[in-house]
Amino acid sequence: MTLEDLQELSEKEQQRQSEKKHRILFCSAAGCVSCGSDKVSAALKTKIKEHALEKECEVIGTGCLGLCGEGPLVKVQSDNTLYQNVDVRAAEQIVESHIINNTKVAAHLSDMSAPFFASQTKIVLENCGEINSESIDEYIGVRGYEGLARAVNEMQPAEVTEEIRKSGLRGRGGAGYSTGLKWGIVSKAHGEQKYVVCNADEGDPGAFMDRSVLEGDPHRVLEGMAIAGYAVGATQGYVYCRAEYPLAIERLKLAIKQAEKMGLLGNRILESQFNFRIDIRIGAGAFVCGEETALLQSIEGKRGNPKPRPPYPSEKGLWGMPTLINNVETFANIAPIIRNGSEWFSKIGTEKSKGTKVFALAGNIKNTGLIEVPMGIPLRKIIFDIGGGTPDGTEFKAAQTGGPSGGCIPTDHLDLPVDYESLSKVGSIMGSGGLIVMDSTSKMVEVAKFFMQFCMDESCGKCIPCRVGTRHIYGLLDKISKKKATQDDMVLLEELCMMVKETSLCGLGQSAPNPVLSTLRFFRNEYEELLQPVETYMGEPGVEVNFEK
Amino acid sequence: MAVKTLTINGEQYSAQEGESILSVARQHNIPIPTLCHLEGLSTVGACRLCVVQIEGIPKLLPACTTKVEEGMVIHTANEKLNKYRRMIIALLASEGNHVCAVCVANNHCELQDLAYQVGLVRVRYPYLFPKKTLDATHNDYVMDHNRCVLCTRCVRVCDEVEGAHVWDVAGRGINCEIITGLDYAWGNSETCTACGKCVMVCPTGALFEKGVNVSEMEKKKGFLKYIITARQKKEWVTISNE
Repeated sequence: MTLEDLQELSEKEQQRQSEKKHRILFCSAAGCVSCGSDKVSAALKTKIKEHALEKECEVIGTGCLGLCGEGPLVKVQSDNTLYQNVDVRAAEQIVESHIINNTKVAAHLSDMSAPFFASQTKIVLENCGEINSESIDEYIGVRGYEGLARAVNEMQPAEVTEEIRKSGLRGRGGAGYSTGLKWGIVSKAHGEQKYVVCNADEGDPGAFMDRSVLEGDPHRVLEGMAIAGYAVGATQGYVYCRAEYPLAIERLKLAIKQAEKMGLLGNRILESQFNFRIDIRIGAGAFVCGEETALLQSIEGKRGNPKPRPPYPSEKGLWGMPTLINNVETFANIAPIIRNGSEWFSKIGTEKSKGTKVFALAGNIKNTGLIEVPMGIPLRKIIFDIGGGTPDGTEFKAAQTGGPSGGCIPTDHLDLPVDYESLSKVGSIMGSGGLIVMDSTSKMVEVAKFFMQFCMDESCGKCIPCRVGTRHIYGLLDKISKKKATQDDMVLLEELCMMVKETSLCGLGQSAPNPVLSTLRFFRNEYEELLQPVETYMGEPGVEVNFEK
Repeated sequence: MAVKTLTINGEQYSAQEGESILSVARQHNIPIPTLCHLEGLSTVGACRLCVVQIEGIPKLLPACTTKVEEGMVIHTANEKLNKYRRMIIALLASEGNHVCAVCVANNHCELQDLAYQVGLVRVRYPYLFPKKTLDATHNDYVMDHNRCVLCTRCVRVCDEVEGAHVWDVAGRGINCEIITGLDYAWGNSETCTACGKCVMVCPTGALFEKGVNVSEMEKKKGFLKYIITARQKKEWVTISNE
């Protein structure tokens, strides 16, 4: 396979698709599958068969169509019509009235001009919900693997790294380190073997961005990894995916097999000197394995305990060798950057945060689902325009970003541009992209308690501050929420939070107190309302002292 | 090897490249409390007692795993560090079931010494009183999980020095526990050589010899140095060749 072969294949696929009168897409990602999209797809297929339309119509399972809260979703690609809450009856109607009689099914029609769709900018998710997630031909049909072909045939490894550096892409896993700089460090590091690792251990409560990318467009991640492998000089890649994502793993396996068969992975990729294999490693259910040093331990077959950094994995990683670790979303950005150039990418976003960010909207919000927005978009726009605000018109209270490592952002900061620096200024983080919206019914002490319990349960137990500290912080929050605590407990709580934050070994412990510190910063009154006055706490009636003679 | 110069608590020192801050501090009698660290075993940076402040670095870094660099300005003790160290020992005290008065290691206990060293007088956290077990199935030794601080010295000495890897850690977070083999009784372990290295490196009374009474379990850690030096000099290899 060469670049010409690839382009020929691409044209052939586009030709094949254009011959079809209708392409009916149904969402086959986890959200819609769980509310019955397989029944819908079966109904669509039977109806098509019944009317003998197989030649002009195809029914295709795609990745996430975005509006997860209104699933199952079906899209008729030819005239860009989206149907929501589709059941078997509606599926039959779609075939009978839309496909055959050209009248849209009004009852299930989704408004594609709504801000939910119109305000998004899609790079990472450009193929999600557009192509068959299990077909490499369709991926090649949308210029897939063109980036890899360009990199391998036309560019030097250092040029690829430089292109990524110039694009301004920053790690999408949460910390926001410059991707190009990281690649540069790994490519310059000495080691007889180098590795590329994709962190797909997405564990934040309420986050499903990486999952959707892996389920909807697995080839994009593989292509990004292969380009990274070429740039840093690695010949082996691993995708570390959590076991809770069986569909993502299945699709990845299929995608790797397809790519190897076509010579896009494996030995002598695209007839060049470049060899790159990708294997999957499956996590065993520990949140801490999303931390890079713990993840590497887990790949090595050891207990997933974090190690102190430095040395960083880029110098001493997997089996002591230089290792590049990036998040799924970071790798998903690579192919389009190489294809379209760094200049194109750096035009999107803000000065320091380039490109787009995928967010998983969840919580008390009307449009639950997956969105991709340019960096720097005001939070208000995400929540009220795209997300449609809180359901039933309840009052918005706060948005939580960054999951258990992040913080909440109250109403006063709604006009904050969403980028790495602005979010950290208000005590939250970009995180991997979970965005949980809370309305006036949410109790902030309970929110903090929930996240602290999560961190306590997920602590590996290696270092003392995180192991015991999170347990005591949880205990104090529990005491406060049960109205048994006093001002003294608040002092203890804040002291402990600072100590755990500053002395813990890894990112889990260092960021575990963030939800508490952030709710204390903006909603301290909610804590104080629950406190007991010292007299009652002592169990003795307060003695009134009369100083008057 | 290049020599690095650095400042610790206002005084200038020189150190070898690749040396840890802790090693430099120990050579010059600068006190930094440690618990999981033990000369001769690998460093894990787990107890966080040795965290120091390095100017220009926003995070506190453990002295045991951080390598010296040219021009580093290090503070090994200040109000904040002392407070955090006190809190760490207090957390340990609240986590297990530590009762010095009835402990075999009383007066020979590193946890006890550390509590004095960091000036811990009062534990403000509620004691968790976990339900822990005691394993007395071994012929010579006992493991009392109530007194374990999870420093993993036993795990490391058994793996790295003895080469048996009898011990490991199971569970997560506050429920972590040291286990024998695949979590069966120590007495049933087929890999344990009964060498007693784990007992000697244990900082508390968690591992002790059978038959000792309160305050009688004195741990002799000097043997580690001899083994390591002998191995480095290949002294044993020569003998076996003769």
